[in-house]
Amino acid sequence: MLNHRFLCRNEDLKEMLESNKESLKLEAMKRIVGLIAKGKNASELFPAVVKNVASKNIELKKLVYVYLVRYAEEQQDLALLSISTFQRALKDPNQLIRASALRVLSSIRVPIIVPIMMLAIKEAATDLSPYVRKTAAHAIQKLYSLDPDQKEHLIEVIEKLLKDKSTLVAGSVVMAFEEVCPDRIDLIHKNYRKLCNLLVDVEEWGQVVIIHMLTRYARTQFVSPWREDAMFDENNEKAFYDSEEERKVEQTKPYIMDPDHRLLLRNTKPLLQSRNTAVVMAVSQLYWHLAPKHELSIITKSLVRLLRSHREVQYVVLQNIATMSIQRKGMFEPFMKSFYVRSTDATHIKTLKLEILTNLANEANISTILREFQTYVKSQDKAFAAATIQAIGRCATNISEVTDTCLNGLVLLLSNRDETVVAESVVVIKKLLQTQPSQHSDIIKHMAKLFDNITVPMARASILWLMGEYCEHVPKIAPDVLRKMAKTFTNEEDIVKLQIVNLAAKLYLTNSKQTKLLTQYILNLGKYDQNYDIRDRTRFIRQLIVPNEKSGALSKYARRILMAPKPAPVLQSAFKDRDRFQLGTLSHTLNSQASGYLELSDWPAVAPDQSVRNVEVVEPKFYSDSEEEEEEEEEGSSSEGSSSSSSEESVSESESEENSDDSNKSSSSQSEKSSSESDSEKKKKTLKNKKLQQQKPDILIITYLPPQIMQKTLLLIIMTKYILIHIVLSISTQFFVNCMCSLLHLCVFLACQFDVVSWHVHVSLQASSPVFVPETSHELLHRMTGKGLSAQYRFTRQPCIYGNSMVSLQLTLSNSSDQALENIHISEKSSTGQNIHRFNAIGERHTTKEDEFSVSIQPAVGELLLPITMSEADFTKEQGNTNTSYWHADETPTNRPIHFSVCISRFAGKTVSSGSLVLVSVALKDPDAVITINTEKTVIGSMLLRQFKTALTNSCP
Amino acid sequence: MLAAAKMIHSLFLVNASGDIFLEKHWKSVVSRSVCDYFFEALERATEPENVPPVIPTPHHFLINVLRHRIYFVAVIQSEVPPLFVIEFLHRVVDTFQDYFGVCSEAAIKDNVVVVYELLEEMLDNGFPLATESNILKELIKPPTILRTVVNTITGSTNVGEQLPTGQLSVVPWRRTGVKYTNNEAYFDVVEEIDAIIDKSGSTITAEIQGVIDACVKLTGMPDLTLSFMNPRLLDDVSFHPCVRFKRWEAERILSFIPPDGNFRLLSYHVSSQNLVAIPVYVKHNISFREGSSQGRFELTLGPKQTMGKAVESVLVSSQLPRGVLNANLSPSQGTYTFDPVTKLLSWDVGKINPQKLPSLKGSVSLQTGASKPDENPTINIQFKIQQLAISGLKVNRLDMYGEKYKPFKGIKYMTKAGKFQVRT
Repeated sequence: MLNHRFLCRNEDLKEMLESNKESLKLEAMKRIVGLIAKGKNASELFPAVVKNVASKNIELKKLVYVYLVRYAEEQQDLALLSISTFQRALKDPNQLIRASALRVLSSIRVPIIVPIMMLAIKEAATDLSPYVRKTAAHAIQKLYSLDPDQKEHLIEVIEKLLKDKSTLVAGSVVMAFEEVCPDRIDLIHKNYRKLCNLLVDVEEWGQVVIIHMLTRYARTQFVSPWREDAMFDENNEKAFYDSEEERKVEQTKPYIMDPDHRLLLRNTKPLLQSRNTAVVMAVSQLYWHLAPKHELSIITKSLVRLLRSHREVQYVVLQNIATMSIQRKGMFEPFMKSFYVRSTDATHIKTLKLEILTNLANEANISTILREFQTYVKSQDKAFAAATIQAIGRCATNISEVTDTCLNGLVLLLSNRDETVVAESVVVIKKLLQTQPSQHSDIIKHMAKLFDNITVPMARASILWLMGEYCEHVPKIAPDVLRKMAKTFTNEEDIVKLQIVNLAAKLYLTNSKQTKLLTQYILNLGKYDQNYDIRDRTRFIRQLIVPNEKSGALSKYARRILMAPKPAPVLQSAFKDRDRFQLGTLSHTLNSQASGYLELSDWPAVAPDQSVRNVEVVEPKFYSDSEEEEEEEEEGSSSEGSSSSSSEESVSESESEENSDDSNKSSSSQSEKSSSESDSEKKKKTLKNKKLQQQKPDILIITYLPPQIMQKTLLLIIMTKYILIHIVLSISTQFFVNCMCSLLHLCVFLACQFDVVSWHVHVSLQASSPVFVPETSHELLHRMTGKGLSAQYRFTRQPCIYGNSMVSLQLTLSNSSDQALENIHISEKSSTGQNIHRFNAIGERHTTKEDEFSVSIQPAVGELLLPITMSEADFTKEQGNTNTSYWHADETPTNRPIHFSVCISRFAGKTVSSGSLVLVSVALKDPDAVITINTEKTVIGSMLLRQFKTALTNSCP
Repeated sequence: MLAAAKMIHSLFLVNASGDIFLEKHWKSVVSRSVCDYFFEALERATEPENVPPVIPTPHHFLINVLRHRIYFVAVIQSEVPPLFVIEFLHRVVDTFQDYFGVCSEAAIKDNVVVVYELLEEMLDNGFPLATESNILKELIKPPTILRTVVNTITGSTNVGEQLPTGQLSVVPWRRTGVKYTNNEAYFDVVEEIDAIIDKSGSTITAEIQGVIDACVKLTGMPDLTLSFMNPRLLDDVSFHPCVRFKRWEAERILSFIPPDGNFRLLSYHVSSQNLVAIPVYVKHNISFREGSSQGRFELTLGPKQTMGKAVESVLVSSQLPRGVLNANLSPSQGTYTFDPVTKLLSWDVGKINPQKLPSLKGSVSLQTGASKPDENPTINIQFKIQQLAISGLKVNRLDMYGEKYKPFKGIKYMTKAGKFQVRT
C-alpha cells in the first residue's frame, strides 16, 4: 500500500518534470531533493530529471546537479546523456559556470568518462580564472579515486598547479598532492618558499592542509634544531657567559637553522591568531614538531585559548595538550588553573583535564593539585571521582614526598559511601602498598575489615591479593578471610575466584596448619568450576603446592615461585606513547593508526641539498634606454670606487653565470676576460651586462652581476599595504613629460598619513603601462656613512610580482671598502606602515661584526600614482563630478608668465593603493596656467599641486 | 578498495530522540547503518554531552558535534585533522543559524532545499569551498517570509541571479556593491568572567575572555580602524581574517575592511597579571544531617565589585544531589523551579538590589532511608552588567577611510558571567 502510494507520488513528480512550466519543474525538483535528503530512493526519476540538465534556470540546474551527482553511478548509461551539456558549459565565458560544470562532471562517478574528465581537468588547470583552477585541483582527487591508473597524468597537472601563484588554488592543489602523490616531495622544493609566503593569505581550510604538508616536508629537508650534542658543547660556556648566552650560542653552536626552516616558522606564527581552531592546532603541531624547544612556549597561550571553544574542540585540544604535557611540563604549568575541572564539563573533558593536571604535578604544585583533587573525589559524577583516585595514585608514585599523604587520604576514602569510589581506592592502595608493604599492615587490616561491605569484584580481588601477598603481616586475619571465601566461592566473579585460589595457595605454603583443609576444599571447588581458566589454575596450583610423586622438582620451589617479590606497578599516563603520532591528527586522537596516515619522518642526519628550493622566476621586462649615459657614468664611478670587494659566495657566482648563459652565451667568457681589460672597456661591459640583466631580470630576489664588476644589482621589492608607488604618464605631451620629470626629482618624504589609504579596494579602473621610466637613481646610503657600502635605488615602474599593492624598487649596492662585506640584509626593524619584501641576505655570515644603517626611501608623490586610460569625455565628466565635498579641487593661477600658447594637458591616474581617481589638468593660457587637481585624497592633491607649481615655475626661462 | 578519499564523506543529522532526519553525501553513498555505532555510543553516554566526539568504526570514523540538541555526524574515511572537521561542522551550524534564525530540526526540515544547496556550496568533494557567510548569501539568498511568499507565487528562486564576485575579489569576505541608505557600524564589547569560587568565598581561578562583535552596515568598501585606550590589556587575541595582522603587531590598532553584516571581529583574553574583579558574591548554607530526611538550604546573593553598575539577569542554577526528593524554598525575589527528575534547581533572580539582597531559603527533602549525600552541590551563576567591560578595556576611536559619507558609529560594553561556579 505504502509502496503503491509512493509510486503514485513519483508518477506525479514525473509529470511535473515533463511539463513546460518552469515553476512546476522546480517544485518537483525541490520535492525530489527532499526525498534524497531523507535517504529515500528517487533513482527511477532519473530519465525525467536528466532532461532538465540544460535548463536556463539556475536553481533548477543546481538541483538537477545535486540529483545527478547522487544517482549517476547507478544509472551510468543515462548519465552519459548529460555529459555533452557539461562539455559545452566548460567553454562558457563565465568562470563560475565553467567551474560548476567541472565540479559536477568530475563528481559523476562513471568510469567511462575518465578520458573526458582528464581532458577537462587539463584544460581547467590552465584556465585564466583561479577559481576554475581551484575546481580543477578538487577534480584531480575525484578522478584519482575513480581511476588510480591516471596517477601519472594527474601528477603532471598537480605539478603545474603547484606553480600557481593564486592563494585560491594553493590549498586545493596541496590537498590533491597529499592525496595523489604525498611521497613526491620533490614537487614541493621549487614551490616551498612561495607556499610559505602565500600562507597567510590562503583561505583557512587550505592553510590547515598546507601546514600539515609543510610539516612533513620540513622533517625530510632540514636538520634537527633539537641538538643534544650542541647542548653538550655549550655547557662549559654557559657557566661563564650566562648573560651573553645568546651570543655565545651563535658562535659555538655548530647548528645554524636553514633560512627556509626559519621562513616556515616565521610565516606560520601569525596564524596562531586565527579564529579557526583547526588552523591554530595545525600551527601548534608544526611548532611542536619543527621548532627549537625554546621557541615552543608561544603556542601555549593559543592552545589554552582554544579551550574556550566548543566541547568537541576542547576534547581534541586537551588530548594534544595531554601528550605535550608529558614531555614538557613547563609549557603548561603557568596555565594550570585553566585545567581545573568544572562541574558542568562533560565526563571525557573532565578526565582529560585530570590527566593533564596529573602530568603537570611536581613537588612545588602538588599540594595545590591535591587540594583540587579532594573536591573532585566528592563529585557526583562517580566515574570522574574514580578517575581522580587513579590520578592521586599516580601523583603518589611519581612524587615520593606525598606518597604517605595520598595513602592516608585514600584510606579515608575507604569509608566512602559510594562503592565505585571505595573500589577504586582499594585498587590504587593495592598498587601503592606494593612499594612499601611492611609499614602498612594497619591499612591491610583495615581493608580486611571492609571486605564484607565491598562488592565490586575488582576491589575484592585486590584485597584478596593483598592478603595473600602480605599474609605474614596479617597472620590472624588472612585464614579467617579464606574461611569466609570458601563459603561464598561459588557465587564470586571469576577474577575473585582466581584470587581466592591464589590466597589459598599462599596460605597453604606459609600457614598450612590452619589452612590445609580449607585449601583442599577450595581447590576441589575450583576443579569443577564452569570456567576453564579457574579449572586450569586450580590444577596448576594443586600440582605446585601439594607434594606427590608426580610433582617432581618444581614443588620444592613453590614457595619461592608464589611468594617471589613482585615489582610495584608503574602508574603512568595513558598518553605516554601517543607522541608516536603526529599531533593534531585523527590517529593521535584515536591512538591508533587511521588509514591514510602519513608518517612523520625523523630529521635527516645531514641536510639534503638546500639549493633545490632556489627559484628563478623570469619575467620579461622593458627598460627604456633614455638615460644610458647617466647610467654608465654612475656605474663606472661606483665600480672604480669598489676596487677590492672580492669575496662573494659561490652560489651567487654560479647563478649569475647561468643567467648570462641563458641570455647571451658569450657574456660570461667576456666578463672573465674583462678583468685584464682597461677601465673604459670595463665600463662598457658593465653597461652591456646591465642591459642583459634588465632584459632578463631575476625578479624573485636578486640579480647578480659577475663579481669582476664588484657590484651587485638587486631588485628589491617594497610591498606596502598602504603606500603604493608606481608612476604613470598616459598623455605624452612633451610638456607634461617634463613636468613629471621634475616632479620625480623631488623627493617627498612619505608621511604616515598615507597609511590610512586602503589597499584592498577593488580596482576597476584600467591601468595603462608607463611610457617613460627615468633611469635616475637616488642615493639611499652614502659610502662614507655606510662604511664602504653604498646603495642607490630607482623606481623601475614595473609591475611587481608580489601583488598589485607593491612597488618594484631596484637597489644597487656597491662595496668601496677594501674588505668583504657579508650578510647584507634589510633588518627586521623597519618603520611602521611600510612593509618591505626583504631579499635574502647576501653573502654568508662568517664574523659577528655588525653594522646597521638606517635609511629611508623617499618616493615622489608621482610614484604613488598609476596611469589610467580614459576618454576625454569621461575625464570631463569625472572632473565635473565634484559635487561631493570630498573631492579636492584646487585652482591656482601661477604668478609667472609661461611662454606657451593655450593648450590643455590632462592626466588621469589613480592611487595604486586605494584606486581613487586622480585627475590633473593643466590649462596654459599665456601667460597664466591653471592647474586643476581632482582627487579625494587631499594630501596627495596638495602635494601634487605644490610640485606642479614648482615645476612650472622652474621650467620657465 | 580504492585509495581512501579524504575529508568529509557524508553528513547525517540526528535529533535528540536518535532519528536521522537528513543525510547528505559528497562522494559515494555511505549507508546510514554506519550511524549504528554512533547510536551505541549515544546509549552508553549518560548525558547527551558525554558522547565522544570521535568514534572509530571498522571502516569509517564518525566525528560529531552537538549543537541545539542536534548531532551533526560526519563520516570520515581516512586520516584528517579532527579539528578540521569539527570546526567545519560548527561553521555549518553557524551558517544555518544565520540563514534560518534558529538551527532546529523543524527549521532544517522546512528549508531542506536551502540546506542542501548550502551544503553543496560549502563542500566540494568533502573539502570546504565557500564558508564565508557573505559569499554564501550571494550564492543562495536566505529565506525570508516575504521571499517565501513571493517564491511560491512566482515560482522564482532562492539562488542568486547573479554570480558572485566575492570568490574572486581581493577581499574574499566582503561582496562588492553593498549599498545602505543608513550607514551604521555597531560594536559590542562583551566580556565574560570565568571563575571558580571555593567554599569560603575565595577565588580559586578567575579570568576574563572578551569578544568584539560587530554589526557593520556600510556602503561600498569602507576601511575601518579601531584603537583602544589600553591595548596592553589584551593578552592573547584571535582575529577575523579581515584584520591586518601586521598593523596590530606594530601599532596595536585594528585596521580592517569589514565583512557586510554581523561578524566577530576579535576574541581576546585579558592578561592574567590583572586581578579580576568578581562582581557578585554568594553566601550559602547548605547542609544535610545524617539520619534526617530534611536538609537546610540557604542562598544569599550580593554585589561585590561592580563599578557602580547594576547586576542584572541573574540566574542561579544548581545540580542537587541524587538523594534529594524535593525542595521547598521561598525566594525573596524572582522565581525558582526544581525538577525532581533531573534534580536541577534553578532560580531566576533578575536584578540584584544592593539594599535588599535576594535570598532563597527553605528546606530540601531527602529520600527516606537514603544516606546523607557526601558532597554539596556546585552553584552556577549567570549575570549581566550593562555598560561595563570588567577588564577596563575602552575603545579609543573608530575611524573610517575609503568612503565619503559619515557613518553612524556605536560602541556598547557588557560584562557577563561565563563559566562562573561557586563550590559549596
